[in-house]
Parts: sequence; structure tokens; C-alpha cells
Amino acid sequence: MGGDKSSEDKTVGIVLVSHSAEVAASVAEMAKGLAGGAAGVPVATAGGQEGGGLGTSAELVRAAAASVDRGAGVAVLTDLGSAVLTVKTLLAEGDELPDNTRLLDAPFVEGAVAAVVTAAAGADLDAVEAAATEAYGYRKV
Amino acid sequence: MLDADFFRRWMTATAEAVDREAERLTALDSPIGDADHGSNLQRGFAAVRAALEKEAPDTPGAVLILAGRQLISKVGGASGPLYGTLLRRTGKALGDAAEVSEEQLAEALRAGVSGVMTLGGAAPGDKTMVDALVPAVDALGDGFAAARAAAEEGAVATTPLLARKGRASYLGERSIGHQDPGATSSALLIAALVEAAAAEA
Repeated sequence: MGGDKSSEDKTVGIVLVSHSAEVAASVAEMAKGLAGGAAGVPVATAGGQEGGGLGTSAELVRAAAASVDRGAGVAVLTDLGSAVLTVKTLLAEGDELPDNTRLLDAPFVEGAVAAVVTAAAGADLDAVEAAATEAYGYRKV
Repeated sequence: MLDADFFRRWMTATAEAVDREAERLTALDSPIGDADHGSNLQRGFAAVRAALEKEAPDTPGAVLILAGRQLISKVGGASGPLYGTLLRRTGKALGDAAEVSEEQLAEALRAGVSGVMTLGGAAPGDKTMVDALVPAVDALGDGFAAARAAAEEGAVATTPLLARKGRASYLGERSIGHQDPGATSSALLIAALVEAAAAEA
């Protein structure tokens, strides 16, 4: 972060993109709940299509990312298919999402918990990404 | 030479073809997808038509970039970013020329298809839109009718393939025996080039 004072006391924003509005909202609630003192972490969801229904809305993704941008970067977690492709396409566009927005290669639920917990501890975007990505390494069997 | 009007006609003809074939696209998407391909593309191309009428872009590149943006914003399924990337990349490759040659369109479409392959991670033979688009671009040197025939053959040839990308890939061997909806709609897009060219004559 190059000693840039602007990112010192700012929190990484988290965006959760799911085909389902309910899934996105529930995962956000669960991640914040498990993170304990995560009240200061901006978490926004982009779930389903704009008019309801399953799918991905580029408009909702744009709005969610803008709403959690505090200048320390925005970490985006997605479920599958069009959620991944929509975020990648918006990132490729260059000016659609806030500067320093990153799609994390992480499992949706576990990655969201790891990202919110890490962001709540005041970590930077690299650390948030590393924590969320590491969630893939947690074997269940 | 192909001007902005030609590209507008291409998009309009695609929208009409998608309207005409929406039920068939959705039916193809039922056994191996989530049965929304026809309605998603209808919504997307309706938005493309409305935006082209409202903003009246005046170069071939601007027409395709605007169309691509609408698809990304309005479709809601994976076909939105995929078709959006196809048209936008193609449009960007055309630059801001007022008219382009068929050769320039072929070259630009190749860049667009390459963008789709990078975004979706699909290669020929994976049972996706790429299986119609790659042969179409390869045949474009012989004219729009040749490209249409190649795209349609490519779409039909997806039937015996095993799906390796997208939701259909979860079905494994059960995806065999179904024509891919994305390859089918891609063939409509390429066929619309012939209509756009015919309307000029």
C-alpha cells in the first residue's frame, strides 16, 4: 500500500454475488455473524436478477461494488457460471467497477467468512484475498 | 464496404431471429441447461434494439460496442457476458472507421471469438458457442453464406459431444445427444449477417 495514508485506516469492501438473492443475503449475514466484530466491514450483495429470479445482474454488481468502496479495495466473491463471467467481464471493461476491485478465486461460503473476518481485522486486499483463497485448502474428509 | 447501417441491420436481424427461435432455444436448453436461453437472449437483444434506436451510434465499432454493453447488462445468464464480450471485442477491433471491409470484419470477429474463449475457458469440441463461431470465422473469407453454413454445421455437430463447460458439464455423459443451445444461437447470429447483407442489395 506504499504508505499511502488513505488505505491505512480504511476497510476492504466485500461483495457477494450469487444467482440467488436469498443465498447472497444469508451468506453475508452468516459471514458477519461468524466474524463477530465485523460491524465495520462493508459487505454488499448482488443476488439474482434485478426484477427477482435466479441469475446475475451486472447492474446489481456495479451498485454493490460502488457501495462498499472505502478506498482500500473491493473483494468480490461469486458462486458459479454467469456470476463469475459477469464479474470477469465488468473487470475487463476497466471502468465499470471501483479501482482495485478483485475477483477472488475462493469457495463462496467459506471464502466469504474468511474474507469478512480478515477484513474486520483491518487487513489489506492482498491478505483478504489470501485468506479467502486458502479456504479451498480446508479438506472436510 | 460495410457501414454502421449494415451493423444495425445485423443486430436487428439477430433480434428477429432470436424472437422467432426463442422457444426452440429454450427447449434445447431444457434437458442440458436451465431452460432460459431463449428468453434471456430475447430480453438482451430487445435491449440492443432499443439502445441502437435511442443512441444511433454512427460507426460499425460503436454499434457493436453498444450492443455488447446491453447484453452484458440485461441478459442475466452466462450468455450475457459471453455474447457481450463477443460483440464488444469485435467492435473494439473495428476501431472508429466509418466503413469496414468484409476482411476487417472477419479479423475483428476472430478477436471477438478469442475473447469469448478466454472468458469462458472453452475450446472447440467443448460443446459450446465456440463450436459454431470458430468454423464460421474460418469460413468468412468465402462470404457470409459460407460462414452461415459453417456455423449451422458446427451447431449440429455439437449433438454427439460431451459438454465440458457450464451447467451442462455437470450432466457428464447425459449431455451427449443434445444440440448445444449456445452453438445454436451463435448460428443465428452468423446467419443474420446474410440477412443484413441481403437487405442492402
